Amino acid sequence: MTSPVATIPSRATEQGPLADLAQETLALTRRLFLQLVRRPSTLIAGILQPLIWLLLFGALFSNAPEGLLPGGMGYGRFLGAGVIVFTAFSGALNAGLPLMFDREFGFLNRLLVAPLRSRRSIVFASVIYITSLSLLQSLAIIGTSALIGYGWPSAAGLALVMLTLLLLVFAFTALSLGLAFALPGHIELIAVIFVANLPLLFASTALAPLSFMPIWLSWLASLNPLTFAIEPIRAAYAGPLDLGGVMLEAPYGAVSGYQCLSVLFLLAVGLFLLISPLLNRKLA
Amino acid sequence: MPVIELQQIEKSYGPVQALKGLSLTVPRGCLYGLLGPNGAGKTTTIRILATLLEPDAGSVKVAGLDALREPRAVRCELGYVAQEVAIDKILTGREMLQLQGDLYHLRPAERDARIADLIDRLGMESWLDRRCGTYSGGMRRRLDLASGLLHKPQLLVLDEPTVGLDIESRSVIWELLRELRLQGTTVLLSSHYLEEVEALADRMAIIDDGRVIAEGTPDQLKQRLGGDRVTLRVREFSNEAEAEQVRQLLEPVDGVRQVVVNRAQGFSLNLVVDGEQVLSRLREQLDAAQLPVFALAQSRPSLDDVYLQATGRTLMDAELAVVGQRDAKQERKSSMR
Repeated sequence: MTSPVATIPSRATEQGPLADLAQETLALTRRLFLQLVRRPSTLIAGILQPLIWLLLFGALFSNAPEGLLPGGMGYGRFLGAGVIVFTAFSGALNAGLPLMFDREFGFLNRLLVAPLRSRRSIVFASVIYITSLSLLQSLAIIGTSALIGYGWPSAAGLALVMLTLLLLVFAFTALSLGLAFALPGHIELIAVIFVANLPLLFASTALAPLSFMPIWLSWLASLNPLTFAIEPIRAAYAGPLDLGGVMLEAPYGAVSGYQCLSVLFLLAVGLFLLISPLLNRKLA
Repeated sequence: MPVIELQQIEKSYGPVQALKGLSLTVPRGCLYGLLGPNGAGKTTTIRILATLLEPDAGSVKVAGLDALREPRAVRCELGYVAQEVAIDKILTGREMLQLQGDLYHLRPAERDARIADLIDRLGMESWLDRRCGTYSGGMRRRLDLASGLLHKPQLLVLDEPTVGLDIESRSVIWELLRELRLQGTTVLLSSHYLEEVEALADRMAIIDDGRVIAEGTPDQLKQRLGGDRVTLRVREFSNEAEAEQVRQLLEPVDGVRQVVVNRAQGFSLNLVVDGEQVLSRLREQLDAAQLPVFALAQSRPSLDDVYLQATGRTLMDAELAVVGQRDAKQERKSSMR
């Protein structure tokens, strides 16, 4: 930074803009992780809740007649994919909360007084943090469901699981960060999260296949982004991977694995583009 | 060249006009006081300087830079200590300072050396590694001052830095501000404490109702007002008739400008006189009339007198007038992004 007056002790020697950006993003991310380590209840609850789903809900249908589900899959294994996706989804939906608290308590103002190279680093830090956290929680569920005998995907399958979750987490993180700036306070944000959470789960193929649903619900479920994440993961657990193969027999036609992933990708990109003007305004 | 140049700043929050054409010039190396009652516009002015707020009209120059066009460059030159300290309760003070250092892009070695230096100067060593949630108001304020100074700004802006602080923290902060001024840092602080501005500031402005109503060194302001203040009591508790009698007796004395009967103070008399020599003339006059003198005290005009003269009310009255008028919720909302 060149100052027209050079009488006062000089500032730090310049490093490149990218190094600046990395430094500020890293520092902000570090803060979020320190919070997590010292207040781990969010992490623990985020793992416990889906585990309970998996154990109780999985047991609920354990005596269902064989061959009830397509492909003769056991209900526990069927449910596994749904719970993995639900875990990542709930984590991402909460992404905006720390940011909302920073807005409300004035900590954001402290950040905005600093000469950040780009104020997007505040958003980057949130995305890095929530992505790692959601993936960590999902991995815990993947591990547990393997332990209780619901299976384990192949190496390629695991890569597909991670990619799918990543796209889903990006999309809902963007949505949540947008809401964190658009809504007036954390009460409203929590209300939206609360209302969005379960209906999106029920109106998806997490708990039951499309064939069990009335036509109107199967329409909803096959438009639901969660379904586009659940089906590729379910396929990764089911056996040999074929992304070109049909993964969802939706009322509007067959959807392949590639198409599922494309939908998630477009959704993530679209939501980031959608919140971009809002971020620009709030962080201007 | 001045470090701060504000010209004709206007700012409204909805229907409330907080700043009504405020102009302010702060010379380099100066410890500058902004005095004014709550609600006068001090915080709004400071938030505009700190690039947190854009004025509706007017120009803002900090360190020669246009703050509206180059806010990031201004942020590099400026340290800001807010009124409401927002800290992350779960981090330690040291972690807060490290975060701050990284946001100002200090190299880790430089950052840690600065932190060590500031620990020393602000007496923070015994508690800096505790979580911020356990800090007292004084500790928080010292931590905030340290964050403001971490990147060695040429200008430090503080919004009411000692409100509600213990005596020790207040004196540590005053000491540091004086030291900074000696080292060439320009300091701007707002306060509604007369004695704080009087004790610290080289120059000052009195702000009232969104405008600067007086500007200069504290001495200049008081001299401009002119005259000395004399308080006279002929008895500990006088009555109105007697006070009136004394007033009529003293008013014609050469060098007496004004005599006011102060009912609130047991009918004592407040006089404005032209200098010390008038005091002996007053005594002669009272002796000749065979009136006793219970107390006769002379003082220089205070900043409160300056404020009184400019606005027609005391600072205390102005404070009381705005109590309950401000909408805390609205103010918080307007400061929220």
